[in-house]
Amino acid sequence: MLVEALALSAVLFTIGVVGVLTRRNAIIIFMCVELMLNAVNLSFVALSKLYGAAGQVFVVFTMTVAAAEAAVGLAIIIAILRHQKTVNLQNINLLKG
Amino acid sequence: MLPNEFHPLLYTFSFYFFGLLAIGSALAFVTRKSPVAAAMWLVNVMFALAALYVMLDAQFIGAMQVLVYTGAIMVVFLFVIMLLNLGHASDLADARGKWPSIVALVFGVALLSELMVLNRGNTVEKLIPADLAAKAASAAAAPTVGGVIGPVAAPLFKEYLLAFELTSVLLLAAIVGAVVLGKRRTDAR
Repeated sequence: MLVEALALSAVLFTIGVVGVLTRRNAIIIFMCVELMLNAVNLSFVALSKLYGAAGQVFVVFTMTVAAAEAAVGLAIIIAILRHQKTVNLQNINLLKG
Repeated sequence: MLPNEFHPLLYTFSFYFFGLLAIGSALAFVTRKSPVAAAMWLVNVMFALAALYVMLDAQFIGAMQVLVYTGAIMVVFLFVIMLLNLGHASDLADARGKWPSIVALVFGVALLSELMVLNRGNTVEKLIPADLAAKAASAAAAPTVGGVIGPVAAPLFKEYLLAFELTSVLLLAAIVGAVVLGKRRTDAR
């Protein structure tokens, strides 16, 4: 089942990447990033069957970082909304050259 | 626990069932317009992944997936969607135009084929250590300490103790950052 799990991980990661590239709602882009993190976690767990539990320890760390990232990122989105009145990334173009 | 030898057909069927469920839910997730519907489909993906973790002998990670991801992170997402109060989904011009979508699709196909080629050949077979069968046999013979959590917890508090402690600093920084960013500034203006 290792090859299948890695293939599933690749498919989920690609769906996340395409989502980040095609959507403009900041919240949905954030959720796509979470999907990519989950796909990588699946790879870690699948390979931990071969290489021992270190992969699962890394998944624990990934989850912690994902939780911290979600908290800070969503706070940033709320702060942006307060200033710009939108979460559509097309209208947030202050740094556009 | 559902070992591979226990009932191979049932195991394979469940594996493909949850795998296809994850892919289908992920596709539904990226195509939904409404953020709430998208979040619900993402919860579905995470439940399917939790089932796969359990099938891959990572029961503790499966439980963590349900508790932390679907229980905590997605609830935070839903709360923020509620706080933002964006209006009806049909009013949000969300997806990008034609050309960016085509470019994203081409990029996605390229990335997927690259990952599949890496996965396909005999790369995975080369990853498998030669003494795997002997190791698995000796691991099965040796009594495991602490059930399914022991093998995860022992390295967490031995080899990776420094990283584990630094994680708490990261979480503290995230809490402080979220509070500072989220609080309404009254004295600034």
